[in-house]
Amino acid sequence: MHDHDKTLVKVGLSTCGIAAGGYKTYDVLEKELEKADIDVSLEKTGCVGMCYREPIVDVITPDGKLFSYGDVTEENAARIVNEHLVQGQPVADLLMNEEREGVVGTQNRISLRNCGIINPESLEEYRERDGYKALEKALKEMTPEDVIEEVLKSGLRGRGGAGFPTGLKWRFTRQNPGDKKYIVCNADEGDPGAFMDRSIIEGDPHAIVEGMLLAAYAVGSNEGHVYVRAEYPLAITRLEIAMKDAKEAGLLGDNILGTDFSFHMKIKKGAGAFVCGEETALIASLEGERGMPRLKPPFPAEKGLWQKPTCINNVETFANVPWIIYNGAEKFAAFGTEKSKGTKVFALAGKMKRGGLIEVPMGISLRDVIFGVGGGIRDDKKFKGVQLGGPSGGCVPESLLDTSVDYESLVKTGAIMGSGGMIVMDETTCMVDMARFFLNFVQNESCGKCVHCRLGTKRMLEILNRITEGKSQPEELELLEEIALNVKEGALCGLGQTGPNPVLSTLLYFRDEYEAHIMDKRCPAKVCRELLTYTIDPELCTGCTRCVKRCPTEAITGEKKEVHVIEQEKCIKCGNCFDACNFDSVIVE
Amino acid sequence: MAATEKSLESEAIPYETIDRVLDTYKGDPSAIIPILQDIQEALDYVPKEGIGYLGDQLGVSPAKIYGIATFYAQFRLQPKGKHTIMLCVGTACHVNGAKLVGNTITDELGIKGGETTGDGLFTYEEVACIGCCSLSPVMLIDGETYAMLTPKSTRKILKDFRGKTDEQNENE
Ligand SMILES: Cc1cc2nc3c(=O)[nH]c(=O)nc-3n(C[C@H](O)[C@H](O)[C@H](O)COP(=O)(O)O)c2cc1C
Ligand code: FES
Repeated sequence: MHDHDKTLVKVGLSTCGIAAGGYKTYDVLEKELEKADIDVSLEKTGCVGMCYREPIVDVITPDGKLFSYGDVTEENAARIVNEHLVQGQPVADLLMNEEREGVVGTQNRISLRNCGIINPESLEEYRERDGYKALEKALKEMTPEDVIEEVLKSGLRGRGGAGFPTGLKWRFTRQNPGDKKYIVCNADEGDPGAFMDRSIIEGDPHAIVEGMLLAAYAVGSNEGHVYVRAEYPLAITRLEIAMKDAKEAGLLGDNILGTDFSFHMKIKKGAGAFVCGEETALIASLEGERGMPRLKPPFPAEKGLWQKPTCINNVETFANVPWIIYNGAEKFAAFGTEKSKGTKVFALAGKMKRGGLIEVPMGISLRDVIFGVGGGIRDDKKFKGVQLGGPSGGCVPESLLDTSVDYESLVKTGAIMGSGGMIVMDETTCMVDMARFFLNFVQNESCGKCVHCRLGTKRMLEILNRITEGKSQPEELELLEEIALNVKEGALCGLGQTGPNPVLSTLLYFRDEYEAHIMDKRCPAKVCRELLTYTIDPELCTGCTRCVKRCPTEAITGEKKEVHVIEQEKCIKCGNCFDACNFDSVIVE
Repeated sequence: MAATEKSLESEAIPYETIDRVLDTYKGDPSAIIPILQDIQEALDYVPKEGIGYLGDQLGVSPAKIYGIATFYAQFRLQPKGKHTIMLCVGTACHVNGAKLVGNTITDELGIKGGETTGDGLFTYEEVACIGCCSLSPVMLIDGETYAMLTPKSTRKILKDFRGKTDEQNENE
């Protein structure tokens, strides 16, 4: 696929790669390559989705052959240079071509088409992979209505969570009267366990620029804003580079590609408030206000930024658009189910063997995602549930694992598609604790404007706290459920309306766990600290002192070769002794 | 050293910085958020004392600015410690034991999330997903990632860090 005349060495330098030490790997490669004095080109690339294997280094020979290396520590980086690039002997024990084929090769990548493949800071590499050809096609061969029609035909629905048909949103924005119209890209990515949007911007920023350009052309706008979480500095930098390069190449700014279509883009940094992902709150924040949502209608397509018609879409939604326009709606609609077309990106995390980013056709079963692409559960523990849609979503239990991944089927289970966070939980995860975790998040992020959300979630959280501390009464379970339903109905915006979902869905599928906490004062998953006691089985203890050494509070007494004892008053229930013991003599109850 | 400098700063209003930032936004009152972001970038925090002055210059009530500064989690009204610990409390990290790590930090440093140690050495913040879920639980200290944490490894990292800082101080 490459016709470069030099060997390419690409290092995965998205946030995940950098966190795993990608820059150190890069530095070693640079130094070693210089020492060896060989002429290869060293580049960065985005995240290919196999985050669990970072740092990843790809070697691509001039004839396009790919050698993909995983877990490339500094030491391994030196080996790749010396053994592969100097001596011509690929480092067999680090190669992961086969694994990559099994993970990445089985996916259908549309939004992630360039992530982990191109250098995100190179306009040229984006163009080599058909970049900006959709824009050219639209400006030269299509009317704005044609573009809208094509997006409608593709069946693309918003990837930010609600799943509203993108083409319809564009049509409304076009039809609504206004002397000025805006395009907004929602890159606030509020789900605390998701990173799809960040990876797309870090790995393929031009796709967002091109997607927004197409939207602007379609709805008749000349100004766009990207609202990015401030916690995403790398995404912001790469987007800035992309915008600058696009502008210099006449792809952004005035008279784009010599036509009379003009479009200017600005980046706005968010400031860390989940509710700002909600579109009306986001618009308030863009205007410099506190990010508080307002009642809809009117929808932003009618009255949005500065009261003008505004088309607001999610990052992944925009990333799909250039592909659709260039390849045609039919190709996109060939993937997916009747009502949910195309593919969806998921951030797989939690107790997964292969955590990372994947893109699969809609309609695939949850089981195939988790046990197929994701490789199943870490340490081969037992699967318990999967949480979709973060704090607004719900969890799906084992019995419903064959549910098809599409908007309607997921809603039927009590979960939602959400923006794509998928957290897998195993037998060691406490579902009451998870419900408490999400509710605590919602409680913290409640903007305080409406009473249902502000107080309702607070009362719910108090009950959940009591349950996890073993201090609650049986009647409280009904009360919890009642408040949850009330908040859902009475809250002003999506945050409150969906915030009780994790509680309701765990109550539905894992009620027995709640009951164990309340009636038996017992946490079956052994997570809720207040409900645990650690003791040492005198029969099994060999007196090796391993646990004594690892106890942070010196709660364990006992000499070498003598039975150890845990002093309950000092024990903070950290579990270190349990992990340390080689003889299974620490009992957790 | 750094800590005392900062606390002196916090008593005086940093007119210069505020004016410079206001200049870039031409005093546009709709740009309060980016203005606060730039001030924080320059000073590492938004000095409470400066809010009144900022309001005067923008023609907005200080209450409104204060409201915005406290609404958004990003803004700090106190100066930060020398080292910043950011513990991820995102979903994946939570599932993999971030709470135990947090307890360890609190135990070791005597501060909770959002606080700074008395000696001004550490600020401990809790943040949402930082995008390395497959390495969870994770924390960043001054931007450097520490992955797959356990209470034990966390304790060791913090101890080593303290040791290193003490050494540096002696050398200075
Ligand atoms: C509480 C709340 C948080 C939201 N957070 C996000 C978010 O982080 N990212 C996003 O794209 N959409 C988010 N949304 C959905 C947006 O309101 C909006 O529907 C979306 O940006 C529209 O784009 P789409 O049609 O392309 O999905 C959120 C909604 C609610 C109610
Ligand atoms: S949840 Fe901690 S890095 Fe994603």
